[in-house]
Amino acid sequence: MLRLAPWLITALLVGPILAGLAMAALPAFGYLPALGGDSLSLDPWRDLFAQPGLARSVAISFSSGIATTAVSLTVVVLFLAGASGNRLDRWIRRMVSPLLSIPHAAAAFGLAFLIAPSGLVSRALSPTVTGWERPPDLLIVQDPWGLSLMAGLVVKEIPFLLLMSLAALHQIDAEHRVALARSLGYRPTIAWLKVVLPSLYPLIRLPVFAVIAYASSVVDVAMILGPTLPPTLSVSLLTWFNDPDLSRRFMASAGALLQLGVTLAALASWWGLECLVRRLGRGWMAGGQRQRGERRLRIAGKALILLAAITALVGIAGLAINSLAGFWRFPDGLPQTVTLQHWQRALPSLGGPVAATLMIAGTATLLAVGLVLAALENEQRSGRQPAQGQLTSALTLLYLPLIVPQIAFLFGLVVVMEALGTRPTRWLVIFGHLLFVLPYVFLSMSEAYRRFDPRWSRVALTLGATPNDAFWRVRLPMLLAPLLTAMAVGLAVSIGQYLPTLLLGAGRVSTVTTEAVALAAGGNRRLIGVWALVQASLPLLGFIIAVGLPRLLWSNRRGMRGTP
Amino acid sequence: MSLPRTCHALAASLPLAALLASPTTLAAPDPGDWQAVVEEARGQTVYWHAWGGDGRTNRYLEWVAERMQAEHQVEVIHVKLGDTAEAVSRVLAERQAGNDDDGSVDLVWINGENFAAMRDSDLLFGPFAEQLPHFALTHPEHNPEVVTDFTLPTDGFESPWGKAQITFYYDSDELDTPPTSVAEIKAWAEDNPGRFSYPRIPDFTGSTFLKQALIELSDADEALYAPVEESDFEAVSAPLWDYLDDLHPHLWRSGRQFPASGPDMLRLMGDGELALAFTFIPSEPAAAVADGELAPSTRSYVLDGGTLGNVHFVAIPYNSPHKAAAMLLADFLLTPEAQAHKQDLAVWGDRTVLDVSRLDDDQAARFELDQDNPAMLAPDALEQTLAEPHPSWMDALQEAWQARYVGR
Amino acid sequence: MTAPSLEFNRVHIALHGRTLLELDARVAPGEVLTVMGPSGSGKSTLLAYAAGFLAPAFQASGQVLLGGQDITTLPAERRGIGLLFQDPLLFPHLSVAGNLRFGLPRATPDKAARVETALADIGLAGFGARDPATLSGGQQSRVALMRLLLSAPKAVLLDEPFSKLDTALRHEMRQLVFGRLRDADLPSLLVTHDSEDARDAGGQMIELS
Repeated sequence: MLRLAPWLITALLVGPILAGLAMAALPAFGYLPALGGDSLSLDPWRDLFAQPGLARSVAISFSSGIATTAVSLTVVVLFLAGASGNRLDRWIRRMVSPLLSIPHAAAAFGLAFLIAPSGLVSRALSPTVTGWERPPDLLIVQDPWGLSLMAGLVVKEIPFLLLMSLAALHQIDAEHRVALARSLGYRPTIAWLKVVLPSLYPLIRLPVFAVIAYASSVVDVAMILGPTLPPTLSVSLLTWFNDPDLSRRFMASAGALLQLGVTLAALASWWGLECLVRRLGRGWMAGGQRQRGERRLRIAGKALILLAAITALVGIAGLAINSLAGFWRFPDGLPQTVTLQHWQRALPSLGGPVAATLMIAGTATLLAVGLVLAALENEQRSGRQPAQGQLTSALTLLYLPLIVPQIAFLFGLVVVMEALGTRPTRWLVIFGHLLFVLPYVFLSMSEAYRRFDPRWSRVALTLGATPNDAFWRVRLPMLLAPLLTAMAVGLAVSIGQYLPTLLLGAGRVSTVTTEAVALAAGGNRRLIGVWALVQASLPLLGFIIAVGLPRLLWSNRRGMRGTP
Repeated sequence: MSLPRTCHALAASLPLAALLASPTTLAAPDPGDWQAVVEEARGQTVYWHAWGGDGRTNRYLEWVAERMQAEHQVEVIHVKLGDTAEAVSRVLAERQAGNDDDGSVDLVWINGENFAAMRDSDLLFGPFAEQLPHFALTHPEHNPEVVTDFTLPTDGFESPWGKAQITFYYDSDELDTPPTSVAEIKAWAEDNPGRFSYPRIPDFTGSTFLKQALIELSDADEALYAPVEESDFEAVSAPLWDYLDDLHPHLWRSGRQFPASGPDMLRLMGDGELALAFTFIPSEPAAAVADGELAPSTRSYVLDGGTLGNVHFVAIPYNSPHKAAAMLLADFLLTPEAQAHKQDLAVWGDRTVLDVSRLDDDQAARFELDQDNPAMLAPDALEQTLAEPHPSWMDALQEAWQARYVGR
Repeated sequence: MTAPSLEFNRVHIALHGRTLLELDARVAPGEVLTVMGPSGSGKSTLLAYAAGFLAPAFQASGQVLLGGQDITTLPAERRGIGLLFQDPLLFPHLSVAGNLRFGLPRATPDKAARVETALADIGLAGFGARDPATLSGGQQSRVALMRLLLSAPKAVLLDEPFSKLDTALRHEMRQLVFGRLRDADLPSLLVTHDSEDARDAGGQMIELS
């Protein structure tokens, strides 16, 4: 059974993606008999390229992929390079999980209200500093260059890359390397950049690629913060696919392929940039420069990451104020009246979506954790585990859903489901979530599992315990903390899913995320505040349990503190 | 009875049983036999696809769901749409996939071009509307708008639900005399740059503004009430584009960005970004003042010469598996109870389609509008209602707008 | 019942075609066979092979016999071979008593009493409920040894079990461990690079190069 796990995972993930892509590729060339397309043609592409503003949509999607990743990665690298383990650094590290648990949509709403001309920042500075009596007519949120979209993504991708980097740093003994370089006269930040970064980067390349793919194809954040005339390619795709003129689906399919192409192009360009930086960096690396820029780099890293963390937190605080606000005239910093009315009104309608969200996220996460544990345990028992940081097993394909844009294959998948006559159900949505929950659970679980000292299981076996005993009585309880963290990550990923829920559930399955994004069009900030807070608090609950439960259980076990 | 004879009897009865069984499973319920509809509906679930971008509307739908459950044991699930077109697209896709009797849409909130599209493709169940018990309260003989949708007769394929009319509102603290015509709006915007806008096309409130402007600016009214193919679209619409080209630089964000919807415009009013806005729901400004979303100094009015108004409806797709419950729901929406609750400012504020003057006094009393509310329209304001042009104009205008202003 | 002996029958282990070690030896009940050699000489590979943990990358031939029975292909948990590591490796999520109980075979009657007796036996009476992390290094080693003995192995492998103890404690622990193993009449294989370990063990000695 255990031996089947890796194959089951691979089939589960690769099958739907390939089927979805195929069903996007055929209509893209005019073939979809159900809609009367029974011959190959290039018409869908001609229609696509005739769309107003297409070039601009593509350009924004592409640059959002590259710029978001470049900025997030730079900030994370500078912070890690300059981190010295003081109080501030520790606080930032502790904030990683809560920040990661804020769903993208909620963070985007928070940012939108923070930076809008009538937003919190503008109110705080008006009229004292700015002299504004009414909001300035500035195009900030949903700007045509996609800058606010990229900012919203950066705020969320920094914690993700930071978490991935912290996990990878365990593998490369960074402290020794820095100590050695410092003994040769290098300042710590410079030393880190020269001797740790080159080894760290290959270990986090995959998460970096995932960020590129995500940022170049995201839908919900782009709907909230992205440009509108035209919107990003992914948002346009959604409109075309829902058009009552069904012939537009051919064009939408061509668009899905174009989206795949844009994401791949962004990945390829990034790879090109990598080569360039490596070449340029080689000279700097060996140039012997030991001191210059140390202070500036360290301060920049710290300041930028603080800015991102505070932006996210203040954004959420802004949502909280909004959810309690009565009339709130500009430029008042706080609402004139405070009311519980928005919460009271929303409460009756919160129950259903919250229950559905938890049920879907819980089921998808349990399934994912089961499969991941089975695959990892199989690796342990067969003694065949990939060398650290290497991706050589069939499980490499696990990361496909992180690289292939959701929107490119989900439409095709819906067409497959329609052709099979499958009714949209909760199970279909759970299955859709599993595609994205699995890789993240694997990403956060595998490191701890593979690094787990094999002698523990050996002790158990030589004491006569069966391999199953060793798993249930030793490995699992000792890995409880990372397991719970992986589950919290899984829950957070599932709770944040917008597109799979919308498309596979045919709009019938409503979760807090689909509700919150649906309200975005209405622009009622008070109501959005309520929903976004609920949306953000659900995954946070998971992380609180993940941190609290082991502490509670192992309160009397010193050896279990500071997880293995 | 001997064995062979039993077999024979069974064999003989089988085709008959099949014949008897098929109407109950396949045939649609007959709205003429209302008692049967009510009984068949019990225990069914209605998936009601309706625009979900407005909190007040959503709350009203929740109330409807509760009442339907209590009264008829019918579960109503609001499937929240970003655009009604999504429901049309879904039903079409289902028909293409050969799903003719187990569709996922049971009832859809609809009017105008979406209704026309579904009628054209034979995607609707009916006629049923005029046989609903409470339909008579609308008195169509005196109120032709409840059986006419964007110039097209509804033929009983959709049931009226509510009334909308473009209503402008402004903050009286900032603005003494608001502009009262489309032309004046432009002049006002030139003097007050950045304080007015309209929702991004293809939003329906935004599209209605285009039609409102076109009616005032063009002198080809007759053409607008016939299919667009019958006239020279470019010539008829030219004054509109000239107007918009002039207007856009003076709009909010210099016309490089537009609010997402009517409610989004309301938020911008609340934030003080806009000083003048409009809505499709006449009592929405008053309701928003009550909810603390707009300043108490907000006032409502309609343009001289009237504004566009229409009735919105609910319709049942041809492949809905729960037509009985859907009809029961459509009828419930026409009850004085549901209509009065809908019109209540504290709930939604959407005006009734019932002919209040012909209700008995007790029931009519429930529909009295709160005229004390200063944000409320003057009682005679809605007397001048401009009729909606032919639905094909909506599509044509939307497409032309996007080709002209997207990606600039 | 005569106690079983542990035999290595023409054992040959290679990695990527290169011979790592060869061994042909027999350990009688109550005896300790010491294998010495520098790091990299294949000491730990030999232990992994005997215990049943050899990674698939290695090629091994020959047999391990326990009481005349070939156990070469048995999985680790059914070989009846106990293992003592450099570290005590007391399970950190279990109490001291929980660790001892883990060693007891499933069907053991009256486990609690057995555990209490065992604790008293190593001078740790009343320590059952303690968190193992609060015990001193020597105490932990004694619990680890007792846990091993409670699991009733038929042979024992010792992987430099004294190398991490300080000098004073090391001698005392050697006495205790070897004494107990002898009392239990268990054949043992000790790998170490400390010649004092070998001297205290008192049995035959093989040097790997």
